[in-house]
Amino acid sequence: MKNKIILGALLLFFAFCFLVLFKALNNSSIYVPPKKTEKILKNFNSEDLFSENKISSDKIFVDSEFYAINIWSSWCVPCREEHPKLMELSKNTSLKLIGLNYKDNPKNAKKFIKEFGNPYFMILTDKNGIISIDLGAVGVPETFIINKDKRIIKRFLGSLSEKSLKEINLILK
Amino acid sequence: MKLSTFFLVIIIIFNFTELNSSENNDKLKNKISKNIRCLICQGQSVYDSQSDFAISIKLVIERKLNEGLNENEIYDFLKNQYGQWISYDPEFNKKTFILWILPILLFLIGGAIILRKLIVQKLQL
Repeated sequence: MKNKIILGALLLFFAFCFLVLFKALNNSSIYVPPKKTEKILKNFNSEDLFSENKISSDKIFVDSEFYAINIWSSWCVPCREEHPKLMELSKNTSLKLIGLNYKDNPKNAKKFIKEFGNPYFMILTDKNGIISIDLGAVGVPETFIINKDKRIIKRFLGSLSEKSLKEINLILK
Repeated sequence: MKLSTFFLVIIIIFNFTELNSSENNDKLKNKISKNIRCLICQGQSVYDSQSDFAISIKLVIERKLNEGLNENEIYDFLKNQYGQWISYDPEFNKKTFILWILPILLFLIGGAIILRKLIVQKLQL
């Protein structure tokens, strides 16, 4: 009788371990930072890609209902795939699309824009990646939707999909 | 002549203090970056990783140290930006309490079993 109880307990224990491991192994092991929204955008200083003039962010985020900061780079392959969606997004007049050129060679960045079109209201440069870290970004591409109170209301990791575009359009309505 | 020597000594001393403080900042920067997980190369710390993300994080740590922030304030800033997981040293909270309590529990249960066996053996003798 005692042996049966021990055997049953052992079986239960192994079944429990199996279930825990099975569930854990099915989860993606790639960590995605929590999509913290409602964070207020801190002021930052940058440079315009084309004019090379120094710009403070508080002069950009002033007159629009919504803004989007898109972190991109000419060396990033998903950014090329995403670009047509950004071109589509730029047609929406209630959104000011701001590009943040991440750790890029300005020459290559300008060539990229010339080749694929410019969807941005303005392109700022982030030469050492510090502005992106302050935004809470992990890499490129990444898009942040910001409202007029400078609150980050939505964040898209990776390139924008059709679904993300629909989500953005819903926010803008 | 003596006055100029005096000033020279003062300048040298101040330069050494500055050198010492930048050396301390470097050590602290390395310590912090070893405790921060690279979110791109997830098996590596920011210190070991050469990803763009890790290089930027190292720069941010250096800047924050120069701004006068201490070690804990830098960890808090990074946790606030990227979540608890970025740190290799998990905090004690409702999500991590099992991680902290389980080894102690296992130790106590194991100890109790051994103690019980010892007492039974002693009684049988």
